[in-house]
Amino acid sequence: MSEALVNKIIPFSNVDGPGNRTAVFLQGCNLNCLYCHNPETINICNNCGKCVTGCPADALEISNGRVIWDSDKCINCDTCIKVCPNSSTPKVKKYSVKEVMKIILEYKNFISGITFSGGECTLNHQFIVEVFKEVHKYGLTCFVDTNGFLDFENLPELVKNTDKFMLDIKAWDSSEHIKLTGKDNNIIKKNLEYLIKLDKIYEIRTVVVPEILDNENSVVNVSEILSGTEIQYKLIKFRKNGVRLNLINVDMATDSYMEKLKNRAIEIGVKKVVIT
Amino acid sequence: MEKILDIIKDEHLTFEQRVYSLARAAENMVDVLHLDDKIKKWMDKDIICDLAEGNAPYKPRYVVPDYQKFMEQGSQFLELSKPKDIWEAVNNLLILYKHVPSVTMVPVYLGNIDTLLEPFVKDEKEDVAKEAIKLFLNHIDKTITDSFCHADIGPLETKAGKLILEVSKELQNPIPNITIKYDKDKTSEKFAIQSIKTALAVAKPSFANDEIFRKDFNGDYAIASCYNGLYIGGGSYTLVRGKLSKLALEAKSKEDFFDNLLPEFVDRITRFMDKKTNFIVEESAFFKSNFLVKEGLVSRDKFTGMFGIVGLAECVNELLSLENSNDRFGHSKKADKLGEEIIKKLSELVNEHTNRYCEISNGHYLLHAQVGIDSDSGDSPGCRIPIGEEPDIYEHIVQSAPFHKYFPSGIGDIFKFDEMAKRNPKAILDIINGGFKTGLRYFSLYEDCADVIRITGYLVKKSEMNKLDKGVAVLRDTTVLGQGGRDNSGVLNRKLRGKDEYENGSKNV
Ligand code: SF4
Ligand code: SF4
Repeated sequence: MSEALVNKIIPFSNVDGPGNRTAVFLQGCNLNCLYCHNPETINICNNCGKCVTGCPADALEISNGRVIWDSDKCINCDTCIKVCPNSSTPKVKKYSVKEVMKIILEYKNFISGITFSGGECTLNHQFIVEVFKEVHKYGLTCFVDTNGFLDFENLPELVKNTDKFMLDIKAWDSSEHIKLTGKDNNIIKKNLEYLIKLDKIYEIRTVVVPEILDNENSVVNVSEILSGTEIQYKLIKFRKNGVRLNLINVDMATDSYMEKLKNRAIEIGVKKVVIT
Repeated sequence: MEKILDIIKDEHLTFEQRVYSLARAAENMVDVLHLDDKIKKWMDKDIICDLAEGNAPYKPRYVVPDYQKFMEQGSQFLELSKPKDIWEAVNNLLILYKHVPSVTMVPVYLGNIDTLLEPFVKDEKEDVAKEAIKLFLNHIDKTITDSFCHADIGPLETKAGKLILEVSKELQNPIPNITIKYDKDKTSEKFAIQSIKTALAVAKPSFANDEIFRKDFNGDYAIASCYNGLYIGGGSYTLVRGKLSKLALEAKSKEDFFDNLLPEFVDRITRFMDKKTNFIVEESAFFKSNFLVKEGLVSRDKFTGMFGIVGLAECVNELLSLENSNDRFGHSKKADKLGEEIIKKLSELVNEHTNRYCEISNGHYLLHAQVGIDSDSGDSPGCRIPIGEEPDIYEHIVQSAPFHKYFPSGIGDIFKFDEMAKRNPKAILDIINGGFKTGLRYFSLYEDCADVIRITGYLVKKSEMNKLDKGVAVLRDTTVLGQGGRDNSGVLNRKLRGKDEYENGSKNV
């Protein structure tokens, strides 16, 4: 049975797909976006130990060369996250499929389904597939929130067992995407087309960042593809909370600019556009 | 006499409120119940409270007419025949409402207004039906100026039901209170979602667990006043409430509380209720001469009485502190278990008592988790977790559900949602479905920024409270209660659901 490193589980989320959902956030990401709002989810802890002494609650210790986190003692001050030089966190727990299922089943009467998010959860695709197979037995829906950087044509089990994906299109232009994330976006675009063909997309998300990105270009290109489908397009205003201000320090988009982008998408034929 | 003059001079009262206060003052000048010293002593100590019913009951506290029957037979006394179209239907109902008494002088129950109007809505063009319903609901808000007045809809989706929700949202009126009788297997998801969207805008409807209520009432039932389950064509003679919070202050130990105080509490309250019940039935004219009785719209044998309690949370905390325990109700298994033991014992004791005029409920009074009154402070409603101490919504529901089975005549919780909830009303429906499956009887919700909000069981407009703060007389008499609830119980500080609890779920891509 597979295991995965879990950053956190939110029992009730109303923003990770339709209805009330249990959202499971896995640790580790294959991109490194300038504007990442939870950069501590990017890397797996390398046990350097730098965070241990700063913990005011004595919740961290090193044992056999590994950093151990005591969740009962932790007061969630996030000091450890602030000092970590590695975009990581000691506050993760390894879960087996069975352990995750135990939590999900506690909430099963209260939710429409579950959503895997991250970090980049598809890095643990085998784990996700095993959980989804279990979750489907209870009539709940299974969603994946992804950056789409792995080629989904090579992950047929994941695609088959996922009801719907929520996919980020961070930038349309390839060089802009490299500037933002460090990587090219050709596979992401390919995944977009591939998943649309299979009717596997619930929502596309684009974060609007003034100054740095050609937001309009991205919105127009995505809208042309979504036009006429039932897929929801979510335009997210860049916010400063949680981001690494040394990497990015620009102002939020104005409400009127967000509205303008929304109207543009609607004009092109997107049926559902949300701003957040 | 000075009191009478005070009422006459009070500039904060509308004309109707003044007449009502004068009637109350007059009633309180006679003593017909002859309460014994034991009961009076506990009234003085605020352990027993008669909720301003007055000294000489001349009407049942809650009257729940069989409006369906009225629609079919009209009324001889009111010289009304069976309505032929939607205009006659709403007009007949509005006329009857003026003649339905209750503790507040105005009706606390308006009927299952969607099923009452549906046959007429079907015959009309949609815009005509909507106009009629709009005038109907607005008339109620401006004439029955008390938000304990309650209308029911559901469980089935109807055209009338959908129009009632649509119009309620447009009107932004606090009155009437509305409940949707909800059963996942009977109510369409569309109708349920429309109800949630409406509730986020105007704090109504609340959701009643249709399956549980139907089982407890052997079929159809009414939700009246705050959230009180009652028999249609009957009602409740009285509601006397005891404060478990204040009772616990008398306890020398937990054992003393269970063995001596709780039995004494039930004995004194049920004797008090018997006095009122017997007086209304045997002495007052209501059941002998009122046309509602004569025309069969209510019948004596469908009435029962309500035994109310408040302050379980404070009671549990107090009893635990006697044992030097810091455990708190809502936050510890031990405290919650003690809470359930108290209610279980209370329910057994109340069910040992019989009154011959409560045939419909097997001779017993029905337990009611009372929501508190404006002057309460330091007594949480019914079995609720105190405001400001609420746990996350899942824990909250799982903690409170076990209490709901003991309270057929009403118990419920209120959840305040963050603005984000509007985007995903299905998420709230999922929570309601889960809650009902767990045994929750009643679920109320509102949105933090809305003008119409729920105080304890009733609704007020924040804007009207603001007017009252400035000393301006306002239309609805419950606004003054809302002000008390706000100032004494901090109801505006109810835990916000959404942002704190699950906004973190939003992954920043
Ligand atoms: S958040 Fe980190 S630093 Fe703070 S108490 Fe928890 S483990 Fe220690
Ligand atoms: S969380 Fe960061 S600072 Fe702490 S041990 Fe791991 S890599 Fe080092």
